Amino acid sequence: MIVRWLATLAAALAAVPAAAETVAITGARILTAGPAGAIENGTVVIRDGRIAAVGGGLAPPPGARIVDGRGGIVTPGFIQPDSTLGAVEVSQVPASADRASHAARMSAAFDISLGLNPDSILLPVARLAGITRAVTTPLYDDRPDRPLLFAGQAAVIDLAQRPQMVTRPRAAMVLEMGEGGAARAGGARGAAIVALRTLLEDVRFFARQRALYDRGEGRPQALSRADLEALVPVAEGRMPLIVKVDRASDIVEMIAFAREERLRIVIDGGVEGWRVADEIARAGVAVIVDPVANLPRSFSEIGASLENAARLHAAGVTVLLKAGSGVAHRARELRYGAGNAVAHGLPHEAALAALTINPARIFGVDDRLGSVEPGKQADLVLWSGDPFEPLSQPRAVFIDGIEQPLTARTLELRDRYMP
Amino acid sequence: MRAPVGLALLWALAACAAQDRPEVAASPAPLRAGQDPAAAPDPYASTYRPGPSERIAIVGATILTGTGEAIENGTVLIADGRIEAVGRDVAVPEGHARIDGRGRWVTPGIIDPHSHLGVWSQPDSVEAQNDVNELTDPNTAQVWAEHSLWPQDPGFDAAREAGVTTLMILPGSGNLFGGRTVTVRNVPAVTMQAMRFPGAPAGLKVACGENPKRVYGGRGRSPATRMGNVAGYRRAWIEAADYQRRWDRWRDGAGAGDPPRRDLQLDTLAGVLRGEILVHNHCYRADEMAIMIDVAREFGFRIRAFHHSSEAYKIAPLLAREQICAVTWTNWWGYKMEVFDAIEENAAIVDAAGGCAAIHSDDPLVVQRLNQEAAAALSAGRRAGLDISEGEAIRWITANPARILGIDDRTGTLEPGKAADVVLWSASPFSIYALAQTVWIDGARMFDRGRPGGAHSSDFLVGQAGQEAR
Repeated sequence: MIVRWLATLAAALAAVPAAAETVAITGARILTAGPAGAIENGTVVIRDGRIAAVGGGLAPPPGARIVDGRGGIVTPGFIQPDSTLGAVEVSQVPASADRASHAARMSAAFDISLGLNPDSILLPVARLAGITRAVTTPLYDDRPDRPLLFAGQAAVIDLAQRPQMVTRPRAAMVLEMGEGGAARAGGARGAAIVALRTLLEDVRFFARQRALYDRGEGRPQALSRADLEALVPVAEGRMPLIVKVDRASDIVEMIAFAREERLRIVIDGGVEGWRVADEIARAGVAVIVDPVANLPRSFSEIGASLENAARLHAAGVTVLLKAGSGVAHRARELRYGAGNAVAHGLPHEAALAALTINPARIFGVDDRLGSVEPGKQADLVLWSGDPFEPLSQPRAVFIDGIEQPLTARTLELRDRYMP
Repeated sequence: MRAPVGLALLWALAACAAQDRPEVAASPAPLRAGQDPAAAPDPYASTYRPGPSERIAIVGATILTGTGEAIENGTVLIADGRIEAVGRDVAVPEGHARIDGRGRWVTPGIIDPHSHLGVWSQPDSVEAQNDVNELTDPNTAQVWAEHSLWPQDPGFDAAREAGVTTLMILPGSGNLFGGRTVTVRNVPAVTMQAMRFPGAPAGLKVACGENPKRVYGGRGRSPATRMGNVAGYRRAWIEAADYQRRWDRWRDGAGAGDPPRRDLQLDTLAGVLRGEILVHNHCYRADEMAIMIDVAREFGFRIRAFHHSSEAYKIAPLLAREQICAVTWTNWWGYKMEVFDAIEENAAIVDAAGGCAAIHSDDPLVVQRLNQEAAAALSAGRRAGLDISEGEAIRWITANPARILGIDDRTGTLEPGKAADVVLWSASPFSIYALAQTVWIDGARMFDRGRPGGAHSSDFLVGQAGQEAR
């Protein structure tokens, strides 16, 4: 088994171009998502997997492989937040999915970065839509006997289909409040908030008194040791807490709660966020928005609006965009979602930031990813035109400076049946 | 209301027969109201009345007619609820208000051939709003989607704002026979009848594959397998033919003896055998579609369209030969085994084989972006090297769904005499930035972006939070 795995690994390594290759993409319009903004007729030089230089009228270094970017647009690779890429193959085949745990003593400790599948056929499909990284985020697997608050810990991954695919493990904790949180806490929002507060007290007590806990002394704890340990960085404000809420009042409530408890939260969903945009902006909280979620799908989403992303941005909120309700198979709709947000008032460059530098910053990888800047890892996409337009397609995709094949199982199936 | 009319008719016919030809009964004496399926074939008839039609000329736009043509700098004339003229050199008659179409695009109204709006309404996380799947028996051909339809579903308004003028609403796919479909005009209404598309044929939802076998296999009942599914269809068609024969025999005997007892389930199936009700078959896999084609041949009926049909691209020539349309998405795939092989190029490959392809939503959000789904399908087709124009691709969401729904003589293209179902777009509908600016249904302006009062909102949202600035 191990021999076979090693053989596969060796074959995979042999198949990809060397990371050390020097490449220059020339003559393209470069949307950097960084301080340089848009660069016309620009060149990006990739060396040793990193961006060595970027600018207008740069001469490519001698020996560099030239990728003709004329007529095209270069963007940073997109980062899909709130996805389950790498953790699912077929949604309705449980054995092919590792997105959720229903173990009774395993909630916050569930670490999705362990057991991901770099061979997933979803990764090349998403890559063909310009996605080079994703924030793989645990889901809930509710059972009647498991009213647990936390879904687990999310990880930043890459889509290069290599054995080591985790960019940053345990990048954030995932918690649903509002209707979902209330249901898991016995049926009321007031119960969920009290439960959460109590758990955080337990976590802080545990962090101070680990020895006491291990001797079986101290106070009784609702959570397992692993769960308590996983929550320590959340309680100490070191790990962001992704809070799924939609109703305006729930958003305000969670902002106040986070302030009191000194938590770093990120709002996920935030369907009615536009109604409390100023409060969100003042608190410096980022929001992950599904830009096409405009229907009152629950009594927490009555104010759903296609202008949510635009209004949050206008109020000064850091906006991240997601697609397809977090369904991994629909990751490729991310760029279309950005286009829809633009059609409803979000500036184009803000939409690009919402797919690149904003998620990089929120999930702690902006020192190395999220923009076309010298020194950063070379996650780049050369597009045939405006990346948000369905009629545009990627001409080249790089992850860590390695050009990715523009193939996928779906395209191989297509070729079998082409007329 | 109905009983007195029926009795009066009974009396009149009886009187006629008695006076003129007492020895020959030309037709059986009418049965009591509701007992003879042929007596009142449309009991929940449409009360739809078009709004006041405008008399307008949209001038200078790029027009995708839905016939495959693209006309640049063209003119569309609308009057009396109909398309009067379409073309590059169309003079604007006196009395037509001019609408500046320069830089904008005009298409026929978008038609969604697969929707559950109104039968699984917003807020759709609330169980009480779910009336889509009568999961009590694998054969529920007796239920009609229109009897679940709630006109106040806010999804109808959102779809109209995206250019959708007509939809077919279907029951769900948990049963082998899910029930009758209903085609509706996307107009604000208080009753279902006021939305029903006048004269549109009814459909029957049939479902293949995983859903029925999962639902009933999970209950220890048939069908628990795909072969159980097929046995279930065949048994039902045998019963339907027998039922039709009993009615025919009774009618041939001029109503002598006891009439057959009316059976709502078999009424629907017999309507298919008579060719009056169109079969809409939820079916993903190529091999299952091929079996369903043979089932239809075995029992002498036709399948109008395969819905979802993710593997239509594998049997595109067969579908073209059989003249069965493939209704599909572009972006959905992989959520279960039978949709593992779905590809973005599905519609384009069916089209290239000379078949009839259409894009559907099956979803309250996707219905608002059928033009974008078509754009993604077009883009994938071009990536594969297929030469497809925008004029051809727009047919996937206009003319072809009209054909699938059996209303292509009335809508689906911009041709003189057809209903003035028209969308004026801010840009090419194949651009992600295009917004439907104005939507006409039968020549009446049903949506006008940005104009105060230009958009309708459901009763459900009245007086609720956040509506002032949505």
